[in-house]
Amino acid sequence: MSNSPILEVKDLVKHFPVGGKANGKGGVVQAVSGISFSLEAGETLGLVGESGCGKTTAGRTILKLNEPTSGKLIFEGEDITDFKPSRMRAIRAQMQIIFQDPYSALNPRQTIGKIISAPFEIQGITPDAGVKSTVQGLMERVGLNPEHYNRYPHEFSGGQRQRIGIARAIALKPRFIVADEPVSALDVSIQAQVINLLDDLKQEEKISMVFIAHDLSVVQHISDRVAVMYLGKIMELAPTADLYANPHHPYTTALLSAVPLPDPRGERTRERIILQGDLPSPINPPQGCVFNTRCWKAQDKCRTEAPALVQLGASQVACHFPN
Amino acid sequence: MTRLLSIENLKVSFPTEDGIVKAVDGVNLTVNSGETVAIVGESGSGKTVTSLSVMGLHKKGSAIIEGSIKLLDGSTERDVVQMTPNEVRSVRGRAVAMIFQDPMSSLHPYYKIGNQLAEAYEVHNPGNKKAAMARAIEMLDLVGISEPAQRANEFPHQFSGGMRQRVMIAMALMNSPRLLIADEPTTALDVTVQAQILALLAKLKKEFDMGILLITHDLGVVAQVADRVSVMYGGQIVEEAPVDDLFYSPMAPYTLGLLKSVPRVTANNERLKAIPGQPPSLINLPKGCAFSTRCEYKSLASVDCDTVPVPLTSAGTHHQARCHIPADVRSEKFLKEVAGLK
Repeated sequence: MSNSPILEVKDLVKHFPVGGKANGKGGVVQAVSGISFSLEAGETLGLVGESGCGKTTAGRTILKLNEPTSGKLIFEGEDITDFKPSRMRAIRAQMQIIFQDPYSALNPRQTIGKIISAPFEIQGITPDAGVKSTVQGLMERVGLNPEHYNRYPHEFSGGQRQRIGIARAIALKPRFIVADEPVSALDVSIQAQVINLLDDLKQEEKISMVFIAHDLSVVQHISDRVAVMYLGKIMELAPTADLYANPHHPYTTALLSAVPLPDPRGERTRERIILQGDLPSPINPPQGCVFNTRCWKAQDKCRTEAPALVQLGASQVACHFPN
Repeated sequence: MTRLLSIENLKVSFPTEDGIVKAVDGVNLTVNSGETVAIVGESGSGKTVTSLSVMGLHKKGSAIIEGSIKLLDGSTERDVVQMTPNEVRSVRGRAVAMIFQDPMSSLHPYYKIGNQLAEAYEVHNPGNKKAAMARAIEMLDLVGISEPAQRANEFPHQFSGGMRQRVMIAMALMNSPRLLIADEPTTALDVTVQAQILALLAKLKKEFDMGILLITHDLGVVAQVADRVSVMYGGQIVEEAPVDDLFYSPMAPYTLGLLKSVPRVTANNERLKAIPGQPPSLINLPKGCAFSTRCEYKSLASVDCDTVPVPLTSAGTHHQARCHIPADVRSEKFLKEVAGLK
C-alpha cells in the first residue's frame, strides 16, 4: 500500500442550490469548483484559506457528508463517489472527522464513555478488551483521566472536549481523518497541547490527515504539504517548506504577508501586502482567474482565462504570472 | 502626551451560586494619548471584564466593583466607578468608545447603517438629525467605505464582516472620543481583512492622537500594533512592559510560556512547547501565585509559590512582573529561552 495514495480527489465539485430551488434555477453557490489532489499514507495535507473559500465544504465532501456534485473520490483504490449511505457506513470506520467546535460536537446528555464508544456501537464492533476498558484506554491516549468515564461534556474545558472529540475519531483506528479547524476555538496554551497530541497520533498511528485551518502558522506546523484555496479553487499546492519560503501565487504571498508574527521588531520593518476589498460572492465568481478582482498583478488575460493548476518546481500553481 | 485613562487597584467580582468569581483582582493600568496599550490573556483572564468596567457596562448589583477608573473628560479626570448611570451615559461614546469582537451582533439588523450611526451622535447632540446624518456619512468615508452616502441607506446584512467592523469603528468615532477600547476587534475576521482593519486603526490613532486600549489573545496582533502590553492571568496583571521588552526579555513565566507555545510561521517543525494544565478557576484561585500549578520554573524560587502570594515588582524600566524567582535568575534563564525561539 505504501506507494499508492490512500485518497485521490479528482476534479471535485460541490454546488449548493440557493433560493429554495433544488434544480439550481435560483442560482448555485459554487462552494468547491474542481479541486484535485492525492494524499499519501501517513501524510498530512493542510487546507488553508479564508472564510467562504470552500475548505470546510471540501473536507465534508471528501467524507461524503455532502454528496459531490461531480468529480471522483478514490479511497484506498476504491471509487467511493457513488456509494450509497449503507455502503459508506462500513468505510467510515476508516475515515473520520474532528470538528471545530468542541461544544456543539458532543451530545450534552451523553456521558463521555457513551460518546467515545458510539463508533463501536454504530459499526457493531465489540473490542477484544471490552468496550469500557478500550474507551478508557483511548481516554488515556488523548490525555484524559479514564476515571472521568461517567462524566458529562459540560464538566470539561474546551481543550478537554476537543480531546474527547479526538478520542472518538481515533476509536476505530481509522486510516484517514479530516480535522476541520480542530484548534481554532482554543486558547494559545491549550491549542499547543492539542496540536502536539495530533502530531503524536500522526506519528504513532500513521494516520493520514486533511487538516483544515485558517491559521497559517498552525497549518505550517502540522502539514507535510499545503493547499491554498480561494473561492472554491486551489490556488497553490506545495510541500510546506516550499510554500512558506517561496510562495508562487500572489494570493499565497498576500496571505502570508498578512499574518502578524509574534516579533515586534520584525513587524515594524516588514512589508505587508494589504489586499483591497473582500472575497467575491461564490454565487457569481469572477470570470477568468477568481482572484483577479483583488490581485495587484492582474492583466487582461487573468480576467478572461482561468489558469490551470500546473507544476512549477516542487509546487503546483494556478496563476498566469506566478512569482 | 496626555493621560486619558488611569485604572487604580480595580477589583471586580461576581457573586454566583457556586461562590464569588474574582474576575479582576487589583489591576493598575494607564493609557496615554497617541499610544496603543494591549491587554493580552486567555479566556477567563479578566481582560474583557476590565474593559467593560471602563465603559461602565457592568450591571449594578451583579458586579462588585472596587478601586477607581479615572477617565479624562474634557480637561478633568472623572472616576467611572463613582458615577451614576446617567453620568456614565454622558461620557460613554464621547470620552471613551468601544468596538467589539463580533460586528454582526453589535449592529441592529433592522435599522439602516446611517441611522444607527446618527443615533450615536444624537445621544450627545440632541435635536439635529441633519448634522447627525452628515457626520455619519463623513465617518463612513473616513473608515474607507466607498460611496458612503449610498451605503448609509443599507442594512447590516448587506455588508461583509470586514465592512461591518469598519462601520463599528465609524460608530465609535461619531463623537470624537479620545480613548478607544477595541475588544478583540479582528478575531472574527480573516487575516487579509484583519490586516486592513489593523492598518485603519493605526491610521486613525495617528490622525486623531487617540489612545487605544486593545484587548486581544493574539500575540501576533500585539507585536504589530501595541506600544505597551499588560499580560493578564487569573484576574491579575502578571507582566507589564513596553512591547519589545515583553517579547524579547519577558520576566513572568506565564509570558514566556505563551511565547513558547505559539506556532511560528518561521519555525522548523519542532514540537510545540505547550503550557501544561489549565487556567485556574476564578472561584477558587490558588493561595499563592495563580500560575504556580502550571509553572515549570517554580523550583527556582526560594519561597513556596503555591502558598505565598506574589506581588507585581519592578523588572526594569517601565517593566514589572509577578514572580518569586529572583530577577537575575529569571532574566538570565528566560533570555536564553527566548533567544532559542525564532
